[in-house]
Amino acid sequence: MNSAEYDIVIIGAGPAGISAAILADQHKASALVLDENCAPGGQIYRAIEKNQNNDNEWLGQGYQDGLPLVETFRRSRVNYQHSAKVWHLSNTKMVHYSVNGKSHSVQGRQILIATGAQERPFPLPGWTLNGVMSAGAAQTLLKESGVVCEDAVFVGTGPLLYLIAHQYISAGIPIKAIIDTTPRSNYLRALRHSFGALKNTKSILQGWRWKREIIKSGTLYISNLGDVRINGPDSVTSVEYFQKGKWKNISCKHVFLHQGVVPEINTSLSVGCDKSWNEKQACWTIDVDQYGQSSIKGISIAGDASSIAGGVAAAQRGSIAALNMLYNLSLISSSDKEVLLKPFKKKLDKEMIARSFIDTLFKPHLRYRVPQDSETIVCRCEEVTLVQIQESIDLGCKGPSQLKSFTRCGMGPCQGRLCGLSVTEILSKELGTQEEQVGYYNIRPPIKPVTLAELASSDEP
Amino acid sequence: MFRSINSSQGALITIYFEGKALNVSKDCNVATALLEAGINNFRETTLNNASCGPYCMMGVCFDCLININGLDNQQSCTIQVSDGMKIKRQVINALGKDE
Amino acid sequence: MNDFDTIVIGGGLVGASIAYGLSRSGQKVAMFDEGDNSIRAARGNFGLIWVQGKGVNCPAYAAWTRQSAQQWSDFSKELSKLTGIDLAFEQNGGFDFCLNEAEFKQRRTLMEKIHSNSQDNFSFEMFNNEELKQLLPSIGPTIAGASFSKLDGHVNPLYLLKALHKAFKKLGGKLITQTVTDINYINKAFKISTEMDEHTSEKVVLAAGFSNKSLAPKVGLSVPVYPQRGEILVTEKVKSFLHHPTGFVRQTLDGGVMLGDSHEDVGFDEGTNMNEIQQIAKRAIAIFPCLEKVKMIRAWGSLRILTKDGLPIYDHSDSCPGAYAFSSHSGVTLSAVHALDVASCIAKDGLLPLSLACFSAKRFDV
Repeated sequence: MNSAEYDIVIIGAGPAGISAAILADQHKASALVLDENCAPGGQIYRAIEKNQNNDNEWLGQGYQDGLPLVETFRRSRVNYQHSAKVWHLSNTKMVHYSVNGKSHSVQGRQILIATGAQERPFPLPGWTLNGVMSAGAAQTLLKESGVVCEDAVFVGTGPLLYLIAHQYISAGIPIKAIIDTTPRSNYLRALRHSFGALKNTKSILQGWRWKREIIKSGTLYISNLGDVRINGPDSVTSVEYFQKGKWKNISCKHVFLHQGVVPEINTSLSVGCDKSWNEKQACWTIDVDQYGQSSIKGISIAGDASSIAGGVAAAQRGSIAALNMLYNLSLISSSDKEVLLKPFKKKLDKEMIARSFIDTLFKPHLRYRVPQDSETIVCRCEEVTLVQIQESIDLGCKGPSQLKSFTRCGMGPCQGRLCGLSVTEILSKELGTQEEQVGYYNIRPPIKPVTLAELASSDEP
Repeated sequence: MFRSINSSQGALITIYFEGKALNVSKDCNVATALLEAGINNFRETTLNNASCGPYCMMGVCFDCLININGLDNQQSCTIQVSDGMKIKRQVINALGKDE
Repeated sequence: MNDFDTIVIGGGLVGASIAYGLSRSGQKVAMFDEGDNSIRAARGNFGLIWVQGKGVNCPAYAAWTRQSAQQWSDFSKELSKLTGIDLAFEQNGGFDFCLNEAEFKQRRTLMEKIHSNSQDNFSFEMFNNEELKQLLPSIGPTIAGASFSKLDGHVNPLYLLKALHKAFKKLGGKLITQTVTDINYINKAFKISTEMDEHTSEKVVLAAGFSNKSLAPKVGLSVPVYPQRGEILVTEKVKSFLHHPTGFVRQTLDGGVMLGDSHEDVGFDEGTNMNEIQQIAKRAIAIFPCLEKVKMIRAWGSLRILTKDGLPIYDHSDSCPGAYAFSSHSGVTLSAVHALDVASCIAKDGLLPLSLACFSAKRFDV
C-alpha cells in the first residue's frame, strides 16, 4: 500500500507549526500538520478557539494574540490531523502516527519538527506525591476547561509561574502561597543584560506588573529561601522551605511546581539529530542553522523544540523554516526566499533581545535541578531514587546509558522526558565531567508508546 | 479542591468511576473530569504502591494512566470523555521487587 | 611482583563473571571496561537461561549449557546474599513456541537428537496447542505447540551485571574504566597498557567482546567473531499473565513484557529496523493475542557476538601461557559456569576444564 506523500509534513500545531503551515499553503506546497491535541494552538495557545467567546481577558493579552494565527491556519487548505501521536520518524522522512488506536504513515519530502517545549523537571523531595502537579498543568486545566484549584501552593520561578498566579488572582481564586525560588543573585546578573532588554520593555514591564500585583493581593509570597520539600506520606499534606536558619511549614493539599521550560528533544533525537548542551539555559538544544535545518538533510526544527525562545519567536522561526523548505523544494527562488524572510527575521531579532535577560533572571538554582536529599525520586516512572543512582556511579557508571542499565532510570513510558535532564546534571556534578561529555539517553523509536497491533499492521517503512 | 469557574459547563454526559456515575462536561479529557469530581488517585505505582495521579496534563509524564473500558495504561489527559465510559483505578503490582 | 594476579579485559557478562569468579577464588584482580558509549552486547540481552535446543550438533556444548543451568539457582542466591541485589531469577521451565505444524515436527526431531546424545538424560516435553492452553491460558489459537524444558529460566540480565560488578568490588576487585591499547608478554608476565597507564599481571583474560578480535593476536590467539543484530521490544507494565520464560516472549517481574527477536546482518549498527519490529510484534500477537492492545515503549538493537559455528570460544595461549580468550553470546546462561568453573580453574592451576578443549579457536584453522 502506498503511503500518502506531502511536500512538507509538520509535527506539532503550536505557533511554529501553524506558522509554517500557513506559509506552505500560501506557496502552494502540499502540507500535513499532525498534532497530539484535539485543537490547534500547542500549549501556549491551548484551547484558544474554545475560549474566544468567554470573558477571559484575565488569561492575558499574550494568549489572545494567538487567535488570529490559529484562525488563519484554519482557513488554509493545509491537511490537519488532530489527536495524532507521532511514534516514528525515519531518516528517510517517513512519519508513522497513531489516531484512535489505528496507525498511519506518510512520506514527507521535507519534515518540520515543531513539538515545542515541556516543563523542566523539578526533583524536590516529595515531588511525586499525589497532589503535586506542574504549573503548566494548572494552565491547561484553566484554559481548556475553566478548572481551577483553590488554596494550592505555587513553587518555582519563571514567567509561566507569574502568569498563572496573575490569572488566578485576576479570577479571584485563593492561592495559599507562592514560593518564589528565583535566586537573589540572578537579579544582579540579569542586570548586565538589561540594556538590550530595555529595548524589549513590554515583556519585562509585564513581568514586574504581575509581581507587584501578587504582592498587592496579599497572597503569601515567599522569596530568598533555600531548600524546599513536600511532605506526604501518601498525598500532599504540606510544603516546607528553609529560610533564615529554620524550616517553615505551609499546610496544603495541592502544589504546582514550575522552573521554566526546556525543549522536547526526544522527537529530534530519535531520528538522529545532533544536540548541544546550552549552559545558559541549562538544557539540551538541538543543533540547527539559521533556517532551522538540523544535522539531518530534509529535517528542520522550529520553535521551542530546538531551543527556548517563546511563542512569538516560535512563530517567526516556523515561518523562516517554511521558507527555507519551500526553497529546498524549488517552490520559491533563492532571491524570493531572502526577500520573504526579512520581516520574520526582523521580528525574531526583536524577540531575542530580551532572551538573555529572561534566561539569566530565571535560571533555576542548581539545588533545585540536582537533588541532594538521597531519597528524592529522580525517575518518576521507575521510582528510582538519588541514592540508587549514586550507588551505580560508585560501581563505575560513567554515563546515562550505563545508569539506565543498572537502575532502570529512563526505561519507563515517559522515555526519559522527566528524568533525562536531571540525570545528565547529576552525573556531571558527581563525575566532574562537562554535561556535553556526559551526554543524554540514547533515544530510539517509538517516540511515544504505540500498541503492538498498530506496529503489526503499520505500512512498510 | 478543583472546581470549574465556567458559568455553564455546556452539554453533560455520564461516565462511571469505580461504578459510580459522574456527570461531566462532554468537552473535556478524562483526567480533568476526574479531578473536577474530586478524584486525585488514578492508580497505584508498580514498585512502591504509591497513589498516583496526573502531573503534567500534556501527555509527557505518563503518571495519569488509568483503566478505561477494561484497558490499562490509558493516558487519561489525552483522551476525551465519552458517554458511558467506564473508568477504574489501575493497580498493576510487581510480582516481586527488583531491589 | 605483579600489580595483579589476573587482569580481565572486558566488563560485560563474560568478563564480569570471570572477574568475580577469580576474586571469589582469592585472586587479586583488575577488570578493564570501556565508557558509556562503547558497544556493549551485555546490555542488550533478553535475559534467558536457556538450555533447550542448544548444541544439537555439539553434545559438549549442550552438556556445558546444562551444567551452568543446574548451578544457576545456587549462583543466584550467592550473588544476592553478597550484594543485596535481587536478580529476579526464576527457573520454572521454559517454552519455545512452534508457529506451525512443520516447525513442531522439526522441533521434536531436534530435541530427540539432543536427548539421545546427552549423558545426563536431558529431558524435554512437546505440547500441542490444546495441552499448551492448560499451561499457558493466554496462548493464541494459531500456535501449533511448543517444546518445554524444566531447566530453562530467566533473570534480569542488567541486574545480573550490576550484581557481578558489585560483588567483584566487594571482594576487593578493581574496576578500571580505560580502553586497553596494548598487551605485552615479558618475563612470564603480562603488561597491559592503556592511554593513561600500565599494569602488570601473571595472567590475562580477554573477554572484551568484539575488541577481542584485535587484542587476541597480541597474545598469540585468534577470536574470529562477527556481529549479528537482534532486536528487542519492551512493553508498558501490564498485569501478570505469563509465569514462564519463552523463546520470544517473557514477562519480567516488574510487569513489562520483553519481545524478541531477530537475526540481522547489519555490521555494527545497533539501531532498529521497522520491518523487524513489525515481525516481532506480529509474532508476539499470534502467540499471545492479549498483547494486541499493549503498547511498546522501547525498542533496541543489540549485537550478538557470534562465531561461524555459533559455538563459544575458550582458548588458552600456547605462545603466551597465562593468556586466555573467551567469547560467547550466551553470557547469561553461562554466567554460572564462567564464574564458578572456568574462573576457579584459572585460579587453581591455570588449566581450562577438559570439556572445553573442543572450543578452541584452532577449530577454525582447518
